[in-house]
Amino acid sequence: MTKEKNVGLVQTEYFTFAQTPHELALESKEKLGPITVAYETYGSLNAEKSNAVLILHALSGDAHAAGLHKGEERLGWWDDFIGPGKAFDTDKYFVICSNVLGGCQGTTGPGSTNPKTNKPYALDFPLISIGDMVRVQKELIDYLGIDKLLAVCGGSMGGMQALAWLVNYPEKVRSAIPIACSLKHSPQQIAFNEVGRQAIMADSHWKEGNYYGSSLPSKGLALARMIGHITYMSDTSMAEKFGRQRKSDAQPFKFTPLEKATGKAGGDYLGEDGGLKPPSSSTVRGRGSPTGFTADFEVEGYLRYRGDSFVKRFDANSYLYITKAMDNFDATGGKLLSEIFKVISADVLAIAFKSDWLYPAYQSKEIVKACKLCGVHVTYCEIDSSYGHDAFLLEAKEETHLISHFLKKVASI
Amino acid sequence: MRLDHQIIKDMVEYGSSVLDLGCGDGELLSLLVKEKGVNAQGIEIDEQEIYKCVAKGLNVLHGDIDSGLHDYRDKSFDYVILNQSLQQVKHFETVFNDAVRVGRYVITGLPNFAYWRARLQLFFLGRAPVTPSLPYTWYDSPNVHFFSIYDFIDYCQKRNVAIERSAYLDANNRIFLFPNLLATTGIFLISK
Repeated sequence: MTKEKNVGLVQTEYFTFAQTPHELALESKEKLGPITVAYETYGSLNAEKSNAVLILHALSGDAHAAGLHKGEERLGWWDDFIGPGKAFDTDKYFVICSNVLGGCQGTTGPGSTNPKTNKPYALDFPLISIGDMVRVQKELIDYLGIDKLLAVCGGSMGGMQALAWLVNYPEKVRSAIPIACSLKHSPQQIAFNEVGRQAIMADSHWKEGNYYGSSLPSKGLALARMIGHITYMSDTSMAEKFGRQRKSDAQPFKFTPLEKATGKAGGDYLGEDGGLKPPSSSTVRGRGSPTGFTADFEVEGYLRYRGDSFVKRFDANSYLYITKAMDNFDATGGKLLSEIFKVISADVLAIAFKSDWLYPAYQSKEIVKACKLCGVHVTYCEIDSSYGHDAFLLEAKEETHLISHFLKKVASI
Repeated sequence: MRLDHQIIKDMVEYGSSVLDLGCGDGELLSLLVKEKGVNAQGIEIDEQEIYKCVAKGLNVLHGDIDSGLHDYRDKSFDYVILNQSLQQVKHFETVFNDAVRVGRYVITGLPNFAYWRARLQLFFLGRAPVTPSLPYTWYDSPNVHFFSIYDFIDYCQKRNVAIERSAYLDANNRIFLFPNLLATTGIFLISK
């Protein structure tokens, strides 16, 4: 991929709406306002305003999807996919990415100040849904003057938002690209999220969510993240990356230079160049002796590192609210598969990955089945990848081929 | 242009909807889109072929033929195409019944096991035949059903499936006489 070429310097912008007394009515019937949305855009909107693509981030992502912030070295979390000549070619398309409602990277969430109390909302923040996130995104594209999006695209929770766009605003999208996602969470997916939430709530620093301004529930959040990372990888990718290598306890656990690791870690996912260094002098391959309950194995050190770096940039309450929104999501709305996409004229490109056991391919096939039953034009590919759920961030070559040709077709209709 | 594609193209009405099961690299579907303005959907098992289809701007689903039809409603498409793929499915009857259910018409191209060279190889050499339309050796063939043009015609008659049109060909030409002996391939437009 043309990694060197990116959109260059970018900055996050902010849009605020739902001022009193025009608060936004959420799906829970509660009202929320004002709402600030952090977003970035890349490329330029054409005169017909017909080339806008909305990128939807996953659980821990943010608005910074591509390029660089001034003075920082962290590339956007999907920089391999967004830029000149990339899947979302910024020479052709106007690409938008915003932080989700309930998030903690610029958009209003539980860590934001509650105007009624002048303190952080904490658990006074209303329960939000994937539909509410999409509702907020629709306000943003209205504000940007875009009547209809060329495409909505995202992986994991981003894919669920793409489905919510299809169902809630079918007249607003010409195509949707849900990647490695599901119409609704299975009990297994809910179970993993629940263990993550319990880890946060079991942290004595959590204090019913009222930890702002004091010690943070870092251990709980880090543990939640460690569990998450296990589910994002596959048995094979873990074995390839870590094997049973032991780290030497004489030296700290080593990674690729921090700027590279964090560069990949916008979504805080394991990148092909964002993970471990090849075994170096600090790693004793196949030897070394157990040292008790320290991180003896490479994989242990990796998870600890991932957990620790996550707490520096993510809010524990956001983790609770967003994972709950994912668990509650049901694109079918209780209807039959043959009903849900009935009014849709958009084209759909669904992508799944063979080794993804968190969002297995059968879940993407359910999306395809709904399209088949409703006569929606659909393309589906199950990419042969060993990266597990992380694959949606890593399989740039295959995804770029699929996405770029798909967008070209949709743009030509 | 491949002769079988030419024949299939002539069987398809302009502006109709087409589902091609086992569409390969999408050559036929792409031809139908360009020359017949069809609304096209493909299904293909090979991931690399999917990429080729997508590059042609086609809607294509990654999946096998055996399970590909099941989800569609009755008469979802004007034509369901099974070109050189019906002999390879595990459950012939299920796929056949689903195809005539999902399509107003089914177009299927099939290899003729009773082609004269196959007969000769079997009779004189006593070996499993290898012919232009059945090019595989017995140990690496993807084909699981071996039948002749007559077999297929009998099969359709027994199931009250109407053969609307048929065309026969060998490697390069249309065959008009004794197709069950002289044709390597039969192409049928059928409906139920």
